[in-house]
Amino acid sequence: MIAIQGLTKRFGDATVLDAIDLNIERGEIIVVIGPSGTGKSTLLRCVNFLERPNAGRIQVGDLSVDTTRARKKEILELRRRTAFVFQNYALFANKTALENIAEGLIVVNRWSKPKAHARAREILERIGLADKADAYPASMSGGQQQRVGIGRAMAAQAEVILFDEPTSSLDPEWVEEVLGLMKQLAYERQTMLVVTHEMGFARDVADRVLFMDGGRIVEQGPPEELFSKPKDERTRSFLRKILANQVEVQP
Amino acid sequence: MNVLDIDYMLGLVPVLLGYLPLTLEMAVAGMLLALVLACLLAVVRVLEIPGLNAFTLLFISFFRGTPLLVQLFLFYYGLPQIFSVLTQINGITATIMGLTLHFSAYMAESIRAAIVGVDRSQTEAALSVGMTNAQLMRRIVLPQATRVAVPTLMNYFIDIIKATSLAFTLGVTELMGATQKEAAGSFLYFEAFITVAIMYWGIVELLSWVQRRLEARFNEAYQR
Repeated sequence: MIAIQGLTKRFGDATVLDAIDLNIERGEIIVVIGPSGTGKSTLLRCVNFLERPNAGRIQVGDLSVDTTRARKKEILELRRRTAFVFQNYALFANKTALENIAEGLIVVNRWSKPKAHARAREILERIGLADKADAYPASMSGGQQQRVGIGRAMAAQAEVILFDEPTSSLDPEWVEEVLGLMKQLAYERQTMLVVTHEMGFARDVADRVLFMDGGRIVEQGPPEELFSKPKDERTRSFLRKILANQVEVQP
Repeated sequence: MNVLDIDYMLGLVPVLLGYLPLTLEMAVAGMLLALVLACLLAVVRVLEIPGLNAFTLLFISFFRGTPLLVQLFLFYYGLPQIFSVLTQINGITATIMGLTLHFSAYMAESIRAAIVGVDRSQTEAALSVGMTNAQLMRRIVLPQATRVAVPTLMNYFIDIIKATSLAFTLGVTELMGATQKEAAGSFLYFEAFITVAIMYWGIVELLSWVQRRLEARFNEAYQR
């Protein structure tokens, strides 16, 4: 359903994404892991065109975009088909939780305000924040803000939701509620591409785990396989380091 | 020392009030035009539009770098000598023009700062849901930039109101010009000028009250 071919991104002389190929099936949950600065976030940002790739092709459903000569209309359409959840939530500070979720429906999908608000209320219900409909981001906890961030992505009814380290800025006490919501989405078979350091989440819900290093996908496979018998030395070394810090992953 | 002639002062108020509309008209016209021009200048600066950006910098530098009185004299007495079409320009128009150009230079910088100050990640979030640049500006960035800019813009408006008094040097009989004439007739300079000072002060206080109300409304979303 989603096909990425030869996706390349350079910042100056540094090649951050080196001809990435990746296919994602509908309903597939993919977790991307790897050391910092290896292009994980850039991969997500390129798929959403928050960064303009230097080369490659991105196909989402029946929309196929040659990234080197993507026109404005194609970029907008690609963004509508790919929702994004940000590390720092990035909620609209001048809008309530309800409005944050409804905003895209009103402005981008041209829904009427009552219809968009009704949908936003349904989503607030699903993310367990019905009582926060009229709260502004400044008055919400980090966990609540990120759940609204996920709600905003859900509202877009995109073909895939891209999660860029969604729990990395959260105080530890809020991490579980956000991961819980993501798991709920995973059970509903929402297609997801998740960059995270939460190995427990990867093990529990991922269909496939990708290990990235140096702008490339070094190895990939089902979590049980990748975590228990990684083939590449870089994967092994990364997992040793990160699992030493996350004892709770061990059953 | 003579005793303050209170009766004269009270009698002067209704006379001067008759000139208040002209003062306010010049101030409001100057403010609105300056606001429009300042927004254009700010957008050029934020987007760094090639060519226009350099011109904008020069414009801002000149109009911030020279006194308003010099600019007013330049428009009213100077330019008509060079461009004969401008001989038709009256003092009121010249004042509004001067206020517009002068204050737009200041306001452009505070509007630019307010736009740049809106968290970049919110712009990305708006893009990520598929908004166009115009949509995200209108719905997300400008409302928040407005909140940041309102206190400084209100300060400029207050400055503009007071600066309209310079129109009197171009022969316009507005609040200040009328006071000058009244004072020259009665020789009660202190009474006349303290009366007009209190009137300006009153208008500014009224506006400050409006400003506080506006700020309170804009800040609603940011209460923890």
